[in-house]
Formats: sequence, structure tokens, C-alpha cells
Amino acid sequence: MSEAFSQGLPVATRERPATRLVLTLFTVVLLVLFLLLPLAVVFTEALSHGLGKIRDSLTDPEAITSIELTLLVAAISVPLNSVCGVAAAWCIGRFQFPGRSLLITLIELPFSVSPVISGLVWVLLFGANGWFGPMLDRAGLRIIFAVPGLVLATVLVTFPFVARTLIPLMQEQGASEEEAAITLGAGLWQMFWRVTLPNIRWGLLYGVLLCNARAMGEFGAVAVVSGHIRGQTMTMPLQVEALFNDYDWVGAFTIAGLLSLLALVTLAVKAALEYRIGERSGALL
Amino acid sequence: MSVELRGLRKNYGRAAALDDVSLTIRDGEFLALLGPSGSGKTTLLRTLAGLEFADSGEVIINGRPMHGVPARERGIGFVFQHYALFRHMTVARNVAFGLEVLPRGRRPAASAIRSRVQDLLDLMEIGNLGGRYPEQISGGQRQRVALARALAIEPRVLLLDEPFGALDAKVRKSLRVWLRQLHDRMGLTSIFVTHDQAEAMEMADRIAVLRGGRIVQVDAPETLYAEPVDSFVHEFMGESEKLQCSVIDGLAVIDGLPDAAFATDCPKGPAIALIRPHEVEVLPGPGPVRVESVHVNGPMRRLRLMLAGQVLEVLKPEDAWLPVAGETCNVDLARARIYPVERAAR
Amino acid sequence: MTRRSALPGFGPALTITLVWVSLIVLLPLTSLALRPWELGLMGVWHSITEPRVLAALRLSFGAAALAAVVNVPFGLLVAWVMVRYRFPGRRLADSLIDMPLALPTAVAGIALTALFAPKGWIGAWLLPLGIKVAYTPVGIMVALVFVGLPFVVRTLEPVLMDLPLEAEEAAATLGATRSQTLRKVVIPALAPALLAGFAAALARGVGEYGSVIFIAGNMPMLSEIAPLLIVIRLEQLDYAGAAALGLVMLLVSFSILLLLNLLQKRMGVKIR
Repeated sequence: MSEAFSQGLPVATRERPATRLVLTLFTVVLLVLFLLLPLAVVFTEALSHGLGKIRDSLTDPEAITSIELTLLVAAISVPLNSVCGVAAAWCIGRFQFPGRSLLITLIELPFSVSPVISGLVWVLLFGANGWFGPMLDRAGLRIIFAVPGLVLATVLVTFPFVARTLIPLMQEQGASEEEAAITLGAGLWQMFWRVTLPNIRWGLLYGVLLCNARAMGEFGAVAVVSGHIRGQTMTMPLQVEALFNDYDWVGAFTIAGLLSLLALVTLAVKAALEYRIGERSGALL
Repeated sequence: MSVELRGLRKNYGRAAALDDVSLTIRDGEFLALLGPSGSGKTTLLRTLAGLEFADSGEVIINGRPMHGVPARERGIGFVFQHYALFRHMTVARNVAFGLEVLPRGRRPAASAIRSRVQDLLDLMEIGNLGGRYPEQISGGQRQRVALARALAIEPRVLLLDEPFGALDAKVRKSLRVWLRQLHDRMGLTSIFVTHDQAEAMEMADRIAVLRGGRIVQVDAPETLYAEPVDSFVHEFMGESEKLQCSVIDGLAVIDGLPDAAFATDCPKGPAIALIRPHEVEVLPGPGPVRVESVHVNGPMRRLRLMLAGQVLEVLKPEDAWLPVAGETCNVDLARARIYPVERAAR
Repeated sequence: MTRRSALPGFGPALTITLVWVSLIVLLPLTSLALRPWELGLMGVWHSITEPRVLAALRLSFGAAALAAVVNVPFGLLVAWVMVRYRFPGRRLADSLIDMPLALPTAVAGIALTALFAPKGWIGAWLLPLGIKVAYTPVGIMVALVFVGLPFVVRTLEPVLMDLPLEAEEAAATLGATRSQTLRKVVIPALAPALLAGFAAALARGVGEYGSVIFIAGNMPMLSEIAPLLIVIRLEQLDYAGAAALGLVMLLVSFSILLLLNLLQKRMGVKIR
């Protein structure tokens, strides 16, 4: 019994077997309750009125629109942030230049602020009373309370993910393979496609995965810019809020269930990728 | 292809990595850049390759100045210290890389590339490893892949950065011989960096000794060993025994041996005499030298002598006449070289 | 000082990066920094010292701090068990710890509300004990504990893995009991990391919106969080007021991070 709980640790650094058992059980129970109960509630409430009600919720036109909108916003934000993230990682990971630290800080910025602020700033720029508000109004363009606003808010909150994963990866890998490629005559694109990209592919996938999970699940920032216009600017998380506030718990938890499945898939793929690239588990921070 | 370096200077902050380096490497020569770590030898090699850029000075390859010419157009083959093989490509794809990135007009057909790759792998004696990945082969084999890859583009000059540094002693020895033979066969101008003087002496036609970003001496190995230009080179190239001496009127006298005087152009005052352990002649006493001990060193004998309070180690073959510990004897230091006392190192 | 490098592509990559950072981060940030001042210095002051604002800031900051304090021992326990012990399912449990980060905040919000509502699985159980969680500040704290746990655990785990075991062995040879060793040797060695985890959880908790907005009562002066107040001001078209509050929150987050960095330097340990 004691061996199963303490392989690898020298004798003098172990607690008593009874202590270990109690602590382990306590922690596991706490974790299960704490982390799995919310998930359990989601699925239980969704199923509480049977599968028929779930089908109704999912085929509701507003629900379908919200799903489509979420997918659209992610489909724009994720590739954009990925390409720019790779460019940023290339500059920062391979070169020294003045302002490099400042650039890193700016890239990390969206991580350290409230999501509401990430939505607020766009309203300040493009909202009715914003800097460019009157100009947009005259041109008949809408950013806030329309899809472009949702995209901007999502891009800002998911901005750092790809860059953050790739910068340490590229620094760790070093430049010698790329230097070898250029001594062998490769040009910029040849070097990039044949040497750089293949070496960072798992890190890139990891960053894209996290970026996507956040893009589809973002609430605070999008709530500020969306205007909650039903059938038009409601992403899935916003639809969840609306249905919940309407006391349509089955509807709300059904869509929440879809989002939870996304979260579970993300966690699973993340774990698999971490195993493959030996990445630290704290990367979502 | 000849290579010429003129007046290269490079500073990292306040430290000089290259300090007015000038050197000419002849066509087909095998030159070693030798020096302690931090002496600038790798910086020099990378500057030649176009992987780094000097602050001033010129690099000229076969008469053509390389200023503004990027690494990919210099026609050099570079073998990195840790090989820098493309980890996600097979050995064959690694070697083929330089050929596959040629512009369309100059690129050979796929079948021609394949056969050239196989020829190179056979030349490197790793013909059966084409399908393996770098992580699946040994260090010595990776070294050969790196070499094959560099040779595939038919470079005019081959540059090697501590090619055997990461390998164990036995593999290193056999690869040294093999690389020199390859060079002789191909006649390619080659420059390689090493910190190991035995390796440099075994392989190179000429050796350039670097220290603190400067070239101290460039000569054939025998010359470097027998006629080192300063005390640093003398001590770097092999075992050195140091003795104090004084210079008056162009004559150096070693402390404890007032009768032996050496002509020298060192300035008046204290100086040092350097001699190699096997260059010391030991003669029967009585004399000013006391024999402390005699040790067996394989087929040689190592003698520990005391002269005027200084230790002198001597190496002699076992069948030479040897004094006995506790006796006194005489020494003939005719082969010693006199050098001025060095200022404190920068 | 830019060092010239042989690698290509710096120019285009830097251009893309700078354009992207300027458009997405710098431009919005500038508008946030400049907007409040159209109220004038006094105007800004009044805007952020309104009783309702101060109550919201106290609530956001206080609940986040309390939640972070709870998460420190909780997170330490979890991290310790994950790193030091082996048991079946440990890897699975370890990947679950990221759940609050992977789960969309709105989902967490409604799930926690459903759990702690008077008729919820946990809420119903607490009701007879006279404890109300949902729609009160306590609910906010519970949600922030949920969200903040991974921060503490993930900050501690690498540090725990690098702890030199010889120190504990030395304490044992000197006669310390396991409990003494933990108290006098291990915890002090972990202090910088615990502080870092606390600060990370705190920074996240202050700005949290989605997980909290459902379980909080959202009653002004009582259970209204600062981010909600920003949203309300925007709806009232008080852009300058919203920006002022946003700026204050931004500065608070920054100060926490700055403090964290300074403490790290002082303690001579690099955490992240």
C-alpha cells in the first residue's frame, strides 16, 4: 500500500501512509466535487426534460444562429491571431531589437485585464459616443452591436495565445537548423515551410487549440459589444445568458452543454499534445 | 578556391570578438583555427559563412568580395558543432535539401538528386542510413550526415565548427583520420575550428592560433610546435616547462645556470625561458640540478628536477641514461626559447 | 542595440507584428487612457469616488482577495498531492484542474448558480443550515474560488517539482518530525510561489465577469461587481465614466503584477 503512494520519493521525505491516504482521498473528492459537479449540473439540467426538449432547443432558429455566429467569429479570429502570432514569435524568438520587451508586454496585455475592458475599448472607439462613432454613422457602417464588433472583441481576448506558446518554443529550439538551411541555399519561404514550420507544428496546434477554445467561449468582452440583439449578435455564450435569464433552463443548459463538450474536447487534445511536446500544463494561464 | 580575410573587426559591447584579423587561405588547403574558448575562432568562421557580420574589414572568396552577399549565395558548406540536422526529415531528405531548394533552372531532376544523395551517403560510409531519422542514429553517423549535406551543394569552401567536439574520444580519433583522407581525395579548401591542439596538429596543413580575437601565429604544425612566436603559443601547443631568467645586453641567463647564455632580442630585465620536457638534455653530475624523483610513464621516464628553487619536469625514453633520485646532475637547455615576461592579461 | 542577423524575414515579420499590435492593442488602449479626461480632473475623481463605484470596487477587490486567500491552502494541497503522490487516475485528475480555465465563463456561471441556488444540489443542502450562497456576495466568492484554483495550482506545481529533497532529508536527520519539516523547511521555500499564485488568482478574480454575473445578486451597493458597473455606464452612454472605471481597474491589475515582479526580484526567485 505504501509503495503505491510513494514510489520514487526518498523515505525521509514522505508523510505517514495514513496521512497520505487521507490527503489523497480528500483532494480527489474535493476536485471531483469542485470540478465535475458544475459539469454534471449542466448535463443533468439539459436532460431534465428528456431528449425531445433538447432537440427543440437545438433546432430553435435563434440557437442555430448563435451557433453559426460563434463559428463565424472563431473562423475569423483564430486564423488571424495565428498568422500574426507566428510572425510575432519569429521576430521575438529569433532577433534582438530595441522595444522587444515592450512588445512582449503588449502581447501579454489582454491576458491580464478584465474581459469587460477588452470589450469596453472597442465601444470607446466605435460606439455611438466613440471616437469614430459619428463617422461610422454617417457612412452607414455598424461595428458595435454588429458582427465586426464581436470579431474585434474576440480577436483582442484571444490575441496572446499563439504567440505565447510559440515564443518560448522557438527560443528553446534555437536557430541552428534555420542557419543550416540558409547556408544550404534556402530562401526565406523555403526555410520557413521546410524547416521552421515543421519544427513548431505541435506548439502551433496547441496555441491554435487554446485560442479557439477561448474564441468560442468568450463572454465578457462580447457581452459589452454585442448589444444582445436576438438573432443577430448573440454568440452561444450570450444565448446561454439570454435563455437563463428567461428561465428557459433546458435551453440554456443545452447550449451550455455544447460548450462544455467543446471544453472537454479541448482538454483532451491539450493533454494529448502536452504529452507529445512535453509542454508545461500551465499554458492556459 | 582561395579565401582572404582582411582587417576584420567585430565588437560585442566593449569586448572585441575579432581584433584586426587578416589571413589568407590557399586553394585546397586544410587550415585549422585553434585557440581557447572565447578566442574568436567560431565568430571568425561564422563571419566567413555570412552567419555573422563584422563591423569592418573584408571577406574575399576566390577574388570576389563577400560584402552584401548573403549566406545562401556564398557557395560555402557549413558543418555545425551540433550538426543542426533537420530533425523531422530523414537522412536522405537532409542531404537532398540543398539540391531541392535550388532555383528551378538549376535544380536537377528528382532522380538525379536521389542518386547524388546515395553517392554521397556511400562516400560517407553510411549508405544504408538514408531512411532513418536523425534521432535514430549515433553521433558519429550524424556528423557524417551533416558533412554529406554540406558537400551535396558542391561548395567551394568547407567550414567545420568543432566537428568532433560532441563525440567521444574513440570516435573522434577515427573520424579525424577519415576526414583528412576525404579532404585529400576531394581537394576542397577546408577551414575547421577546434580547441584541441593535438587534433589541429594531426589534421591541418597550417594552423592559425587565435587569442582574444587576434591571430597570434599562422604556420605549419611542426613550425608552430618547434618555433612558437610567443609564450602563449608555446604553452598552448604542448607541454611547457617555465624557468626564470634575466637578460643583460642581449644575453639571457637562466637562474641557476650562469654559464649557459642565450642570444635574445628581449629587453633588459627579467624574462622567461620555455622548454618542452623532452627537449631537456640530462647529463651526469655533480651539478646544480637536484633529482627529486623518477617516475615510470609508459615507455618513458618522467624526471622531477629542482634548479635554483624551480621545478623542472623532464621526459626521457626508458633506455636513455637516467640519474637516480637524490643525486645531482647537469642539464643542457640549448633548445629553450626565451620570451619576455607577459603583461597581465587583458 | 539591434544586432544584424543572417536569418531572413525580420522586416516583414516585424511589420506584421507591429501593425497587428498597434491596431488591436495600442489603439484601443490609447482610447481607454484618454477618454476619461473629457470629464476633467475633478470629473474623473467624482466619477470614480461615487459611493456605488467604491462599493463595487470594494466588492470586486475584496471577494477576489478572499477567494485567492482560500485558494492558497486549497491549491497547495492539490498541488502537493498531484506532485508528490502517485495514485491511479492522477494524470486524469491533473488535466481536470484546467477545467475552470477551459470552460467558458458563462457556462461556469450558470452551472454554479444552478448548484448553489436554494433549490440546487448544494444550495438545498445549505439552506436548512441558514447559509445562502446564490445571489449574495458569498456566491461571488465561491465562483472566484472555482476560477482561481488553477492559477495557484499551476504556479505551484513546477516549483514543487524542483524543490530539493535533500533539504527535507537533512531536516529529518537533524531530528525534525515530518510536520516540523513541512512547516519550517518546505512552506518557507514555497513562499514566493505561493505569493505568485495568490497574486495571479487575485488579478484574475478582480476582473472576472461571466462566472460571477449570474450568481451575484447584482444589487447596487450590495452585490454589484465593478465590471458590471462598466457595462451599465456604457448602456447609459456614460462612456467617459465607464472608461474612468476601466482605467482604474487596469491600473489595479497592473499594480498587482508590478508588485508581483518586484517581490520576485526581491526574493531572487523566478516564478514565471
